[in-house]
Amino acid sequence: MRSNLHPYAQDNGAFLQIQNVVKDFGHGAVAVNHVSLDIRKGEIFALLGSSGCGKTTLLRMLAGFETPTSGHIVLNGQDLVSLPPYQRPINMMFQSYALFPHLSVWDNVAFGLRRDGLPREEVAERVDAMLRLVQLERYGKRKPHQLSGGQQQRVALARSLAKRPQLLLLDEPLGALDKKLREATQIELVNIIAEVGVTCVMVTHDQEEAMTMAHRIAIMSEGHILQVGAPHEVYETPATRFVADFIGNVNLMDGVLALDEPDHVLIRCMDCEHLVGHGITGTEGMAVAVAVRPEKISLSRQPLETPYNQVHGVVRDLAYFGSYTVYHLQLNSGAVLKVSATNAARHSDAMLQAGESVWAHWDETAQVVLTQ
Amino acid sequence: MQSTLKTTQRPTPMPTPKRTLGARLRSGQALVIGLPYAWLLVFFLLPFLIVMKISVSEMDVAHFQDLFTWSDGVLQLRLKLSNYLFITEDDLYFKTYLNSLKYAAITTLLCLLVGYPFSYYMARAGKALQPALVMLVMLPFWTSFLLRVYAWKGLLSEGGWVAGWLSALGVEPLLVQLGLIPAQGQLMNTPFSLVLGMVYTYLPFMVLPLFANLSKMDLRLLEAAADLGASPWSAFWRITVPLSVSGIVAGSMLVFIPCVGEFVIPELLGGPSTLMIGRVLWDEFFSNNDWPMASSVAVVMILLIIVPLAWFNQVQAKAQEGAQ
Ligand SMILES: Nc1ncnc2c1ncn2[C@@H]1O[C@H](COP(=O)(O)OP(=O)(O)OP(=O)(O)O)[C@@H](O)[C@H]1O
Ligand SMILES: [Mg+2]
Repeated sequence: MRSNLHPYAQDNGAFLQIQNVVKDFGHGAVAVNHVSLDIRKGEIFALLGSSGCGKTTLLRMLAGFETPTSGHIVLNGQDLVSLPPYQRPINMMFQSYALFPHLSVWDNVAFGLRRDGLPREEVAERVDAMLRLVQLERYGKRKPHQLSGGQQQRVALARSLAKRPQLLLLDEPLGALDKKLREATQIELVNIIAEVGVTCVMVTHDQEEAMTMAHRIAIMSEGHILQVGAPHEVYETPATRFVADFIGNVNLMDGVLALDEPDHVLIRCMDCEHLVGHGITGTEGMAVAVAVRPEKISLSRQPLETPYNQVHGVVRDLAYFGSYTVYHLQLNSGAVLKVSATNAARHSDAMLQAGESVWAHWDETAQVVLTQ
Repeated sequence: MQSTLKTTQRPTPMPTPKRTLGARLRSGQALVIGLPYAWLLVFFLLPFLIVMKISVSEMDVAHFQDLFTWSDGVLQLRLKLSNYLFITEDDLYFKTYLNSLKYAAITTLLCLLVGYPFSYYMARAGKALQPALVMLVMLPFWTSFLLRVYAWKGLLSEGGWVAGWLSALGVEPLLVQLGLIPAQGQLMNTPFSLVLGMVYTYLPFMVLPLFANLSKMDLRLLEAAADLGASPWSAFWRITVPLSVSGIVAGSMLVFIPCVGEFVIPELLGGPSTLMIGRVLWDEFFSNNDWPMASSVAVVMILLIIVPLAWFNQVQAKAQEGAQ
């Protein structure tokens, strides 16, 4: 079937190499299970996965707060595993920010620089520069509890960047912010990281955050890495049913490979036959699933003149979101198909009503065939 | 339009003059706060004012003269300050005050030195173990404090276990050098036995507030410090200690204040060189029967305690501001 070569396998010159890392907490709790990742210099890399999949544990191993049960972590050619956290050229921005409550904003940012024994003038210069970068010049004298959540987050960022680390770790960097502030801050954060030019590994369970911020995303589940790729790659070409389902919304239709011709295959599902072109091959009769994203499906009241990639259904539910509407169609087999349609016109007559009988169809290229 | 007008004009029902929940809560709050304050007023402030009055009164044979006298349209206020003057003149008082402050300070410092690591490891011990450890700290309270201090007499006197161990360990020459005991083999009724007894008795009062403080600490702050390049030792001094200042202050006050006026321990374990102000008070009241003098000594002692207390409170308020 589809070539499943991971993109990073071709990568040379990785800046951070995570090699076969395992973390076993004992009594069967393997939080991180044989994870290997290569991270390039200057990229923002996101670890994305549901709660408890081991993201934080992996990040804490990079920072040095947990020791891997086995495996290597190599940063810029140096094996980190034996180094204690305070000797690693890595800084972390904590999920809860972990700002020192008894120190002022300025002293918080200066903390790491002072530990390095930098001369006083240089500390002052760099702290001021950091505070300017995060636009908090006027807040230096305040204590952390006198700041808003968003300002605390920026202090935490300034503090973790002040030492100019080779690697910046972000654990749910925007977890404590509300949705609006979060969206504004995502872009701001990316801009600051880009300005500093630091390599960055971030952990999040918010896929939109991962998509907007990261250059590449690793999808984790139960301690394993399932797929690594650019946001559009994992979204448009998910490797497994889990990834397809985890990232965004998807319709998964189970079927069997009915016909394998040189330039196309035919997959027979309960409600329709799928014609898939792009270089796919397999043995006839094998069980597969076809994934189609809701926004790639169009609706019409009349069927198109094609026997493939088209189903008939009845609108069961519709949810109006303003810019788009999500329809739930009940297909003849009883399965439900999610379709989202952009509301391009106001007061459109074309707006379907619940109970209407419609045809849903999609492009041949909109389909992703999954074997696992 | 009309219908809405009508509804707005409908007379709203008057709220019944029942007390709201908030008001009731507030009166409950006043009661809860008021009771202990009333207690302190009746059993501390009032007696203290009486003591203050006595300290400036002249004494007839049997009773104190009034401070205010009224005769021929003249209101006279007679304050006898000679007792206070006497305190400043006779250096016995000055020395014993100093002695009391000195031993209280030494005790506080030693309690802190012993109690801080103790509380630290208690707070970092497994959550399952902590209740048992707290229990062990409080266990001595199950026996009367008087009995326990008496027990030290036996342990420290010649032939006592602790005396035996100390000489076996060869600690005694060091104690002699430090001036804590006059000669080898004389542990009882020395500064050493006094401080030992006071540290022993007051240690739990240092440990418990420190433990409460340290076990609340957010350990992620230590990770953050390590992440920023602070070694464990440096993180301890720059993060843990500053954040536990309020615990240190609370524990120190709980040890220092009662130690200044301590009477029983110096009586039982102290000696001629460790005269403390509690003893002087006792003598003035019950041996000399000079109540005005005794009262002046007491007033000065309270002032001596209140000054550091006020200072401590200020430090604590500052620390609190930072921590929360
Ligand atoms: N110190 C520990 N001892 C034992 N098990 C642990 C420990 N820390 C984490 N785990 C387990 O390891 C697994 C992964 O935990 P981790 O904190 O890495 O999850 P996560 O992906 O960050 O989840 P979340 O999104 O909820 O933060 C969980 O099942 C957790 O219970
Ligand atoms: Mg986590």
